[in-house]
Amino acid sequence: MKQLTLEQKLFLNGFRPDRESHLRIIDQAKCRECKLRQCTYICPVNTYRWENDQITVFFEGCLECGACRIACQECKNLEWSYPRGGFGVNYRTG
Amino acid sequence: MTEHGERFDVIVVGAGPAGLSAAYLLAKAGLKVVVIERGDFPGSKNVMGGILYRQPTEEIIPDFWRKAPLERHIVETQTWVLTEKAAFKAAHRHESFAQEPYNSFSVLRARFDKWMGQQVREAGALIVSETVVENAIMDGDQVVGVNTGRPDGDLYAEVVIAADGVNSLLAQKVGLRKKEIPTHEAALAVKEVIALPREVIQDRFQVTGDQGVTIEMYADATWGMVGTGFIYTNKDSISIGCGSLISQLVERGVTPNDLLEHMKSHPAVAPLLEGGETREYLAHLIPEGGLHGIPKLSTHGMLVIGDAAMLVNSMHREGSNLAMLSGKFAAEAVLRAKEWKDFSAEALGYYDQLIRDSFFYKDLYKYRNMGRFFESHPTFFGFYPDLLNEACREMLTVDGVSKRSKQRRIFWDALRRRMPWRMALDFYGMWRSIA
Repeated sequence: MKQLTLEQKLFLNGFRPDRESHLRIIDQAKCRECKLRQCTYICPVNTYRWENDQITVFFEGCLECGACRIACQECKNLEWSYPRGGFGVNYRTG
Repeated sequence: MTEHGERFDVIVVGAGPAGLSAAYLLAKAGLKVVVIERGDFPGSKNVMGGILYRQPTEEIIPDFWRKAPLERHIVETQTWVLTEKAAFKAAHRHESFAQEPYNSFSVLRARFDKWMGQQVREAGALIVSETVVENAIMDGDQVVGVNTGRPDGDLYAEVVIAADGVNSLLAQKVGLRKKEIPTHEAALAVKEVIALPREVIQDRFQVTGDQGVTIEMYADATWGMVGTGFIYTNKDSISIGCGSLISQLVERGVTPNDLLEHMKSHPAVAPLLEGGETREYLAHLIPEGGLHGIPKLSTHGMLVIGDAAMLVNSMHREGSNLAMLSGKFAAEAVLRAKEWKDFSAEALGYYDQLIRDSFFYKDLYKYRNMGRFFESHPTFFGFYPDLLNEACREMLTVDGVSKRSKQRRIFWDALRRRMPWRMALDFYGMWRSIA
């Protein structure tokens, strides 16, 4: 079958993004020191991207799985919460 | 939203299989129950593989399988051991699995949980959706309610049941889960639901009507990391996914979507997907701590159930049935506490006892060392699968070499690659960890 890019896959999902992010990097300076920057590859939807010497959070496509929360626990540099009620991903199949 | 200060007997946080089960049984017993769900409807945030087992589900809703939106009843279970270019396949099919009341079903969680939510409503519980629980309301040590993210959104109850899933922020805030889940005790799984015509699925998987097949895949399915891949047949789609421990994904620098695409392109997998169209892309964290991962299960006025309590048997891909049964146990404990008018940790501790006496707790005990074993023995996800597939290829290739010479070649090749005493230890260890 035809291979879709991650962006194309995310177009298939239902999302109702909030105006503000439910995910927040606490201290960008810590990310600059971070050797692995595991958030930039562990996220299934590439929410965290290393751009211009800092992590940018593209929270709109977040699937709310929590992998980043577990992966960043040593630095504890991620303020993780669920989107507000009614926002975020809306699965049709699940 | 309910009126300010309204009191309930029970607040259930999360409309997944665990929370809905507890709510259903408690509402049936006449208690005043509210379920708080952060999604648009029960199921809209829920993800599983997913196979649902009939027997534990019937302990909550008898005869559910005659009415509920199910996909296919599973008649065949396949296990594949993959290397980059090969697949060793084992399969089991039994006629009894094709007969009512069936053993297990493929389900799409969003549809099933929506239906189950309706049953919970009909049983008399209130379901409040689009609402996030932010914290527990305490009176000393006693949990007496929850704050929601809404104005005047404080709700009060005798008992709060945390069924808020693997990330259970509530269990953490109340202090039932002391430490964060370690990266080697959580697996990240991603999945696609791929639409295919019904007849194509029947032909490809050699089933008729609503019969279905499951395939579990190992080794190269997860690039040799500890984890599994799976394919489950639905009515007119297939669920395909894979997952591995977060520790392993981080160590190897693997992106989950790349891993899934790698598996989808495997020469034994790709033909099953041909012509399919992806409908949805999903992700879910799976608690893999097993017995060691289970947090404190109850405190004054609160119980933790399902994924929030880390109740998953990863060896047998059983999660939703543990979730539902823990929901049932929680309901039993709450009903007893209600009768005694005592919602202290001691009274609710009956729930802990029911969990410890359950069959699935015995299973978790049996496999308590399995996770650590496989994590420290990557040979089972690389070397042995390769050996197996290469041995098969050697014996099946007709090339003028005698079969005895081929056997010798396989034997010496294995010994050259790994010391015999090491192989003996590997298999002894594996047997110890799963037997």
